[in-house]
Amino acid sequence: MQSDLSVYLRSQLNRHLKAGLRRPGDILNPLVFFLMVVTLFPLGLGPEPDKLREMAPGIFWVVALLANLTVSGRLFAADFEDGSLEQMVLAPQSLALSAMAEVIAHWLLSGVTLALVSPVFAAMLNMPVNAMGTLMLSLILGSLCLSLIGAIGAALTVGLRRGGMLLSLLIIPLYVPVLVFGVGAVEEAARGYDASAWLALMGAFALGGLVLAPLAISAGLRISLDS
Amino acid sequence: MWSIVHKMGSAPWFYRFAGGLTRWLLPIALVALAVGVVWGLLFAPADFRQGNSYRIIFIHVPAAVVALAGYYVMAFAGLVSLVWKIKMADTAMRAVAPIGAALTFIALVTGAIWGKPTWGAWWVWDARITSMLILLFLYLGVIALFEAYENKAAAAKACAVLTLVGTVNIPIIYKSVDWWYSLHQPASIKFTGESAIDASMLYPLLLNIGAFYMLFASIVLLNMRAELVQTHRGANWLQKLVSAGGR
Repeated sequence: MQSDLSVYLRSQLNRHLKAGLRRPGDILNPLVFFLMVVTLFPLGLGPEPDKLREMAPGIFWVVALLANLTVSGRLFAADFEDGSLEQMVLAPQSLALSAMAEVIAHWLLSGVTLALVSPVFAAMLNMPVNAMGTLMLSLILGSLCLSLIGAIGAALTVGLRRGGMLLSLLIIPLYVPVLVFGVGAVEEAARGYDASAWLALMGAFALGGLVLAPLAISAGLRISLDS
Repeated sequence: MWSIVHKMGSAPWFYRFAGGLTRWLLPIALVALAVGVVWGLLFAPADFRQGNSYRIIFIHVPAAVVALAGYYVMAFAGLVSLVWKIKMADTAMRAVAPIGAALTFIALVTGAIWGKPTWGAWWVWDARITSMLILLFLYLGVIALFEAYENKAAAAKACAVLTLVGTVNIPIIYKSVDWWYSLHQPASIKFTGESAIDASMLYPLLLNIGAFYMLFASIVLLNMRAELVQTHRGANWLQKLVSAGGR
């Protein structure tokens, strides 16, 4: 039975990853958005390197959060429109598991890619090199939390015509801890201290979220399909 | 015991029950509030450092306390609605949301008014203020989600899921904002050990907290009655009640 579940999880993950990789624009757009918004900050705040270095962790995480918000909202939209969401609900396997596969695929394609290129953006904001590793790790862990939370909001609003603004109202308050811990970790590392406690907490949130969020997501998807 | 729970689910019974209860509860709440406010504003001693400006806590603290409790009431109603599918719980959840949001707003505004003379600024980004602001967003999210669905039964379920997710998150949000920064004074009322607030100020404060709870309960019940009229407007029992001129 257990191997059945893991086979199902893997096949769902494969399906979503393939579908995602065939639309490279959807992977690149959030990164371009990220670059654009990062560019706005020096223009708005002034180009002094010291000021930027000080603000970089905060800027980084706020922009990462916004980038995630823009993609999370459409997480289930394609599956909803072409009817595969209904098939997922009707399938004998648990809907929570399918939802989890979808979120993990989304995380690998958006959050992890952003984490991988983040040192480039960090260098543009004068972030010290010794904080880069922590930045990448915190983004990898934190973006999983963001994707899980975003998926709950997306599941609850997927059937609604005007979901956009509503989605940000629903999930930005829930994003707050991730922002605080992410910035905390990166600032700690930028000052030259050990950030492992912050990272361990973020890892705990990511794992806890991975267990609990799929239940809320599947409940949300069922409600959206019923209405 | 269970028969009461079953009766709670019946709209006509609850409508009459809520009407009967508020007829007593609302006057008591208003009298308690009036006594507490007059006591706090006129008779309680002025603060050694803050002078008279501290007196706003007699509104500020009760509003904040009940606003927080209101979210948990809403989450409990959400749980009942999801697990036992009792429709009355949906009605309760929907009735609590705007009142909780209003109380949170009152707590924020009175806090800002107190902050101006005390801290020298209307708004300070401190842990508790920020948590309350996030609580306001959580309330507004529930209200907005409810309005966005056209199918109200589905709307209630969606809100129930959202409030439960919020409940899991609230302690984490509070702790994280707490670590983020704290400038607000720590809680003065402690149930274990010595309170840091003098009895002459504590009693009117506790009276006002009680009054706010009762007021909150009465307004929620009245709001639920209004909600029931709205959703059962075609129903037999309601038309009979109206034509009889009864409450």
